[in-house]
Amino acid sequence: MATQLPEDRAESVFEDYKPAYNALQATAEANRCLYCLDAPCITACPTAINIPEFIRKISTGNVKGSAKTIFESNILGMSCARVCPVEVLCVGDCVYNEMDRPPIEIGKLQRYATDIAFEKGWKFFEAGAPTGKRVALIGAGPASLSAAHRLRRFGHAVTIYEKRDVIGGLNTTGVAPYKMKADRSIEEVEWLLSIGGIEIHTGKEVGVAPTVAELEERFDAVFFGIGLGPDKHLGLPGEDLDGVLGAVDFIEQMKLQALDLQGASRAVVVGGGNTAIDAVREAVGVGFKHVTMAYRGDEKKMSGYQHEWKAGKLEGVLGAWRTQPIEYVGKDGHVIGVRCVKLDADKKPIEGTEHVLPADLVLVAIGQSKLLDALNNLEGVEMDGKKVTVDKHGATGRPGVYAGGDLANGAKEVVNAVAEGRDAAEAIHRYLMGTEEAADA
Amino acid sequence: MPDLTSNCAGIKSPNPFWLASAPPANSGAQIMRAFDAGWGGAVWKTLGQPIQNVSSRFGGLHYRGTKAIGFNNIELITDRPLETNFKEIYEVKKRYPDNAVIVSLMVETKEEWKDIIKRSIDAGADGLELNFGCPHGMCERGMGSAVGQEPTVNERITSWAVEYSTVPVLVKLTPNVGDIIPHGLAAQAGGGHGVSLINTIKSIIGVDLDNMVLQPQVDTLSTNGGYCGAAVKPIALHMVAQLARHAEFNLPISGIGGVSNWRDAVEFIALGSTSVQVCTEVMLRGYRVVEDMIEGLENFMEEKGYAKLDDLVGAAIPSYSEWGNLDMNYETVAKIDSESCIGCHLCVVACHDGAHQCIHANDDKSVFVPVVDESECVGCNLCQIVCPVPDCISMVEVDNGWDRATWNEHVAGTGKLRPKKGAH
Ligand SMILES: Cc1cc2nc3c(=O)[nH]c(=O)nc-3n(C[C@H](O)[C@H](O)[C@H](O)COP(=O)(O)OP(=O)(O)OC[C@H]3O[C@@H](n4cnc5c(N)ncnc54)[C@H](O)[C@@H]3O)c2cc1C
Ligand SMILES: Cc1cc2nc3c(=O)[nH]c(=O)nc-3n(C[C@H](O)[C@H](O)[C@H](O)COP(=O)(O)O)c2cc1C
Ligand code: SF4
Ligand code: SF4
Ligand code: SF4
Repeated sequence: MATQLPEDRAESVFEDYKPAYNALQATAEANRCLYCLDAPCITACPTAINIPEFIRKISTGNVKGSAKTIFESNILGMSCARVCPVEVLCVGDCVYNEMDRPPIEIGKLQRYATDIAFEKGWKFFEAGAPTGKRVALIGAGPASLSAAHRLRRFGHAVTIYEKRDVIGGLNTTGVAPYKMKADRSIEEVEWLLSIGGIEIHTGKEVGVAPTVAELEERFDAVFFGIGLGPDKHLGLPGEDLDGVLGAVDFIEQMKLQALDLQGASRAVVVGGGNTAIDAVREAVGVGFKHVTMAYRGDEKKMSGYQHEWKAGKLEGVLGAWRTQPIEYVGKDGHVIGVRCVKLDADKKPIEGTEHVLPADLVLVAIGQSKLLDALNNLEGVEMDGKKVTVDKHGATGRPGVYAGGDLANGAKEVVNAVAEGRDAAEAIHRYLMGTEEAADA
Repeated sequence: MPDLTSNCAGIKSPNPFWLASAPPANSGAQIMRAFDAGWGGAVWKTLGQPIQNVSSRFGGLHYRGTKAIGFNNIELITDRPLETNFKEIYEVKKRYPDNAVIVSLMVETKEEWKDIIKRSIDAGADGLELNFGCPHGMCERGMGSAVGQEPTVNERITSWAVEYSTVPVLVKLTPNVGDIIPHGLAAQAGGGHGVSLINTIKSIIGVDLDNMVLQPQVDTLSTNGGYCGAAVKPIALHMVAQLARHAEFNLPISGIGGVSNWRDAVEFIALGSTSVQVCTEVMLRGYRVVEDMIEGLENFMEEKGYAKLDDLVGAAIPSYSEWGNLDMNYETVAKIDSESCIGCHLCVVACHDGAHQCIHANDDKSVFVPVVDESECVGCNLCQIVCPVPDCISMVEVDNGWDRATWNEHVAGTGKLRPKKGAH
């Protein structure tokens, strides 16, 4: 099932950018939490973890209860504690911000409790009594894993099909290593699987083999948690030169294997979203001395989080604003630079501003394509171009077919995928047990 | 999973956590919400001739940035009509048959006691609690702590209540006495089935320095109130343990006073309580605090191998002895872990100014870790108490070659004491 990852993965050079709390730090921070009622931090958490309660339990020394409170709402609470952009989620809404005092470090506290739970091997959940119903989940990313666990608690039989050899989805292959490394994500999946009765088939691309029709035939319900497809490209001359890669592709290589980067010194990342920011920081981390982010808009207009970009700047990354690549320049089949042009306020090229940014590596981070082929021909399944259309419980228009995570929300965070997977599992349960109306009423 | 069921003087509840008789247990709607949150029982806000309260009523003791580590109030017993209370008690018991509802009572004459006890039991009370404790307002009217401070009156009224009651009777004791023992024994002699303690401690919570009026302020005046909350726990633990270990006292105890989390509750239970009551922490944080109390107690019992609550009740009592039985030859000294020391020198100032002048700044100014002069250290613990770093200072036993000898043995001529340390 889980493939053994090599020790010398390129990602191993990174250290945690938010170091773990020790018991003293955790207790001191927990005691600072006000234990608010109807706490805004809960509303800001897509999985609605009872944050004041889990923090109070840390302060009283009931760490086991604390971890249970977290996992009850979010079974991937361990990785979310590390990878969530808490600055724009729970922490961003902590009432302390209103007092102009530092907000509670919810993510670090969550990491404290869940790390101890892993270390101690605590188990909190058991599979429900068998219902005889079978559910297929496609993709072994956060959405499917969260759904699978909840379905097992209801007692349904669960099978996951994953096209890659590794499990965990982008949590394993995409998340920046200074937040979490691939092996920790895989460890989490294995911990989650210990509820028992979740079959995982890796190396199985649904649509190729098995087909969706086969799954619908053999299962009582199907959940799609396939995320997004490969990196998009700009379609520029020189795209097939060595050293021009999609950013997500590069990140996956960095996380899963060793990279030979000898002599590499300059990297250019094209884009201005979170993947672009991760990519520039990762390029610095693996040893590139000159790293530039080329973005067609202004610094303030970037879609990536400003707090992350600030961290990148502190690490020495440069920003090239209103800069549009027009060609990759190569030598002996390898990229040596990106020819760019400056854009005016209306995004029109400014004549005479053409220049070449030297580069040994170019990472294109302008978004991932949509992986909708598998779903395209299913009657009743609607798409709004970018994503699969689902109701608030994750149901598509086709009976028994559900979806959640990046493919249904148009690419958000791990924690959104967890929430959507969990809620879809609740809806699937009602569908399978014939109690659907009761919940909608 | 350990069994948390509690049986306190015949009053059964699914767990030992009860709301104390106070504002959180003022009405049926509140108590039902509390039971939904997980509370095992509730002692109804004291019933009697309904009174009228003043405004304001409460004060808090804030210390080094933490609000309300102590709490004080000048409110009285229920201000709601008795009929309303009884109707609600009936309703609560009907809807929550497994939770304990104990009705707290405070009236004056024998006839009044007879009447109110009958009505409480008719309404469905699982037990009664006689409020002999309130230290303000009621005692001036010859009730509350005016009863609790007088063992003969306590015994007499307890015996009336026991005579009229068909359900267990707990006597709630006041801590505003020099020695709790005669009061516990009086409740026992009166036939009470158990005691609850402590009620609040006479107090003045503070003075408003701008207008020179005590707090809480009622216009331009104030009065002494009852003190409770986290800060009173040590006083309550002592009184509970005093009774629990007393040879002639053998009633079950419901422990009260400063319980804020599951650890506090375990302490009360380990010192002899079969149920614990909570007021202030609920007033400050709500019924929801019980989730962690139950879970923390459960996890603790599981981890330490206590199968049921009774196995834990009184577990620490055997360690409670007289000063004269302590081993005077047992010696400890402070040891500083130089790895974790942060160099704040709080231990140095505490030892120099408040203890035995035996922790010193290092002579080598480049080393910030202080030095303990072990030949002078009396092992008092002060440095360990002030040190901000957990486990940085430990008190380590010294093998001084002396055999065990207590003060009592010394007086009896059977024990030989080591030379005094640090007494120049
Ligand atoms: C570079 C990068 C960094 C990120 N960093 C963060 C971060 O720090 N914090 C955060 O919260 N979020 C981050 N995200 C977003 C987050 O990773 C996703 O929102 C989340 O993983 C979505 O979960 P999912 O289950 O929907 O999809 P995925 O995680 O993408 O999982 C989908 C799985 O389905 C498999 N699959 C696809 N097609 C098929 C098929 N036909 N048959 C079988 N299997 C298939 C895929 O191989 C994959 O394993 C990042 C994303 C990227 C790209
Ligand atoms: C505002 C307030 C009102 C109280 N009213 C009563 C009461 O009516 N009857 C009673 O027996 N005790 C009363 N008490 C005392 C509590 O029941 C309890 O014994 C005491 O507060 C100690 O517990 P704590 O530290 O958990 O608050 C009151 C306490 C407070 C703070
Ligand atoms: S908003 Fe902040 S202080 Fe309030 S409960 Fe949440 S983390 Fe605690
Ligand atoms: S707590 Fe409620 S009753 Fe008391 S003063 Fe505030 S608003 Fe008024
Ligand atoms: S109080 Fe503790 S941390 Fe501070 S100097 Fe003393 S030993 Fe070191």
